[in-house]
Amino acid sequence: MKPRSKRLMLLGGAVALLIGAVALVLTAFQENLVFFHTPTEVAEGKAPSGRTFRIGGLVEPGSIKRAADGLTVQFAITDTAKVIPVTYKGSLPDLFSEGKGAVVQGKMGPDGQFTASEVLAKHDENYMPPEAQHAVDQAQKTAKTVKQ
Amino acid sequence: MIPELGHFSLILALILAFVQGVVPLVGASRNRLALMSVGRTAAQGQFLFIAFSFGCLTWSFINSDFSLQLAASNSHSATPLIYRITGVWGNHEGSLLLWSMSLALWTVAVTVFSRNLPEIFMARVLGVLGLVSSGFLLFLLVTSNPFDRILPGAPEGRDLNPLLQDPGMIIHPPLLYMGYVGFSVAFAFAIAALLSGRMDAAWARWSRPWTTVAWVFLTAGIAIGSGWAYYELGWGGWWFWDPVENASFMPWLLGTALMHSLAVTEKRGAFRSWTVLLAIGAFSLSLMGTFLVRSGVLTSVHAFATDPARGLFVLALLVVVIGVSLTLFAWRAPTLAGGGSFGLVSREASLLGNNVLLSVACGSVLLGTLYPLFIDALNLGKISVGPPYFETVFVPLMTPVIVLMMIGPFVRWKGDDGNRVLRKVVPGLVASVVLGIGGAFAIGHVTWRTALGLSLAAWVLIGSVQILWQRLADRQGAGTGSRLRGIPAAWWGMWFAHLGIGVFIIGVALVGSLNSQIQVKMLSGDTAQLAGYTFTFRGVADAPGPNYAAARATIDVSRGGVKFATLTPEKRFYEAQGMPMTEASIDIGPLRDVYVNLGDQLEDGAWVVGLFYRPFISWIWVGCTLMALGGIFAAADRRYRRLAEREAPAGAARQAA
Repeated sequence: MKPRSKRLMLLGGAVALLIGAVALVLTAFQENLVFFHTPTEVAEGKAPSGRTFRIGGLVEPGSIKRAADGLTVQFAITDTAKVIPVTYKGSLPDLFSEGKGAVVQGKMGPDGQFTASEVLAKHDENYMPPEAQHAVDQAQKTAKTVKQ
Repeated sequence: MIPELGHFSLILALILAFVQGVVPLVGASRNRLALMSVGRTAAQGQFLFIAFSFGCLTWSFINSDFSLQLAASNSHSATPLIYRITGVWGNHEGSLLLWSMSLALWTVAVTVFSRNLPEIFMARVLGVLGLVSSGFLLFLLVTSNPFDRILPGAPEGRDLNPLLQDPGMIIHPPLLYMGYVGFSVAFAFAIAALLSGRMDAAWARWSRPWTTVAWVFLTAGIAIGSGWAYYELGWGGWWFWDPVENASFMPWLLGTALMHSLAVTEKRGAFRSWTVLLAIGAFSLSLMGTFLVRSGVLTSVHAFATDPARGLFVLALLVVVIGVSLTLFAWRAPTLAGGGSFGLVSREASLLGNNVLLSVACGSVLLGTLYPLFIDALNLGKISVGPPYFETVFVPLMTPVIVLMMIGPFVRWKGDDGNRVLRKVVPGLVASVVLGIGGAFAIGHVTWRTALGLSLAAWVLIGSVQILWQRLADRQGAGTGSRLRGIPAAWWGMWFAHLGIGVFIIGVALVGSLNSQIQVKMLSGDTAQLAGYTFTFRGVADAPGPNYAAARATIDVSRGGVKFATLTPEKRFYEAQGMPMTEASIDIGPLRDVYVNLGDQLEDGAWVVGLFYRPFISWIWVGCTLMALGGIFAAADRRYRRLAEREAPAGAARQAA
């Protein structure tokens, strides 16, 4: 082989590798995006069914209930306008409590019950998860517009 | 008074950093030795002032001076001394001061250990480091002054976030910062090379130990951070693909590529432009990591506060650094072209494969980390990218890297006979696939992921033995002992680091396949079973600490009727912050960890207890330790010092002249 064609083959190999890798990355990326919805959007049916997504907001005061097994927890998440009931089985973050911000990730059941696979809360007393803040801000903005 | 001294000292440091950033560069362009030599003195003075300033801040924290805003928000008089000290960097301002101090420390190290560099090159390196330091000190003083006072002083502090009151806090941030900032030296060398147009084997040889040492710090910092998350966050996981973890992982990936590409540049003169680009990239990613973590755009333990002005400043700094260095690169790189040619089957080609794949892996992490931020910034909605994405991408990208990793050392530089290489590696490859699949059956977890993981681990171990064997066989005549001693430290560094990857993969594959966990409700005397272990709940007692109240459970762990450990997980409540905290308790073993955490107490008096079985998880940290150890060996190789000795007389002569 001439040095020139060798070089071309090497370059071609590297480019092919690169294209393959990028294709792989983009496909995986497309499949694993998790969208975020506010409780209002979920209540309006804008959230996808059968796909994992996130809801952010405040934990509705007085809504946390433990099932008889002591492990399954039920609570509701709200953006002050709409309330979405959530079921979760697993350990809750330390700073998860009523009236505080939280983000839940999971799927919507046909009965309107959201089954969470992951619950995120803030990690600091003076801190609110941006998604939860966003949901509340959205709801309050809408409330103001409606009043006017 | 003390904080004011610290503040004043920081301003002096900024002035010196600016002098260090400008004067030597002017001197280098006009070829004035007097101006060039200002760099050293300015760098050393700058370090002293920053260290003094850091000392003042630490003093205020230790003495609980709550008229200092930062101490009032992040410390408490009842906090143990060690966490009053680490509290200095447990916040935005203090951690940036630590960042600046690391940079000054690296700069001083360059002035001390690279005395033999040509004066003009040294001047440029110090100039670039001085400019970077000016940017950060300015950022610190303008937007995040750690010495702000409050009037009147607070009677008591608000305490450090309890998650940060942990031994991990003592060591994780300083190591990680030394790693992040360490790439600034590789960056400065690259920019100096672009400025001077000198980018030869000698340049690569100067850069290599610095890059390797920075990489060692970063590896250790990431590993310790991961271990900390494992026991402190209480979920029994060791890596979450959290954006902040990704922020440290990206410079690591590119830094790894850089170390390998520097090797090619040194030995064969090839990949020059690419090496420079990687050095710029690794440092830019370190800066971006700082931006992501410090600007508050991310939800994470590391995001202390949200202040758009700060984010904007770091972003501007980032844009300036990347913009200027890429412009310089575009302007000067064409003059660097050339270098040794190489064949399809050659050491260079295998390292090229390594570089391409590591860069793509880094790009995929970048995409997954930044895309949600872009979408959010453009108001197109909020999304997140979960661990499944990273896992899907990483397995196929890293598999060829690891296969190549053990082929590369068999292949000769410049060009080799493909059949010769195949004859060397095929038996090992076949054996490791057989072992991997057999291993998956043996542990009773037959999935392609487990089989692949075990095959790769087997491949690394077999390959390591084979490479060592080959190395010894190449030097015939002498006895085995003297042949072993004859191998240079750099080679052992490569060998240990690669072996570390094998050990790491064993840990990842086995903990991923065999781990198990349950959550149970337990009353005193209850038992639960997991993975052949019996857990007996002995009840809960009060166990107050210096600045928290705690409930401590006692859980006996036995196997086959023999009790071997008593675990004491705690549920703490930190009064000053009003924050509950779960403190897991772990029985660490070479082959498995047994991990227990304490959840909430239920109305009937029972407690929710999380039980975790984590086989081979220690192998992950042992693997990382081997990698870091390998880096230390590589950086300590004699030839870097020999080079210094050889060039010393020349340098002395120049100075005399």
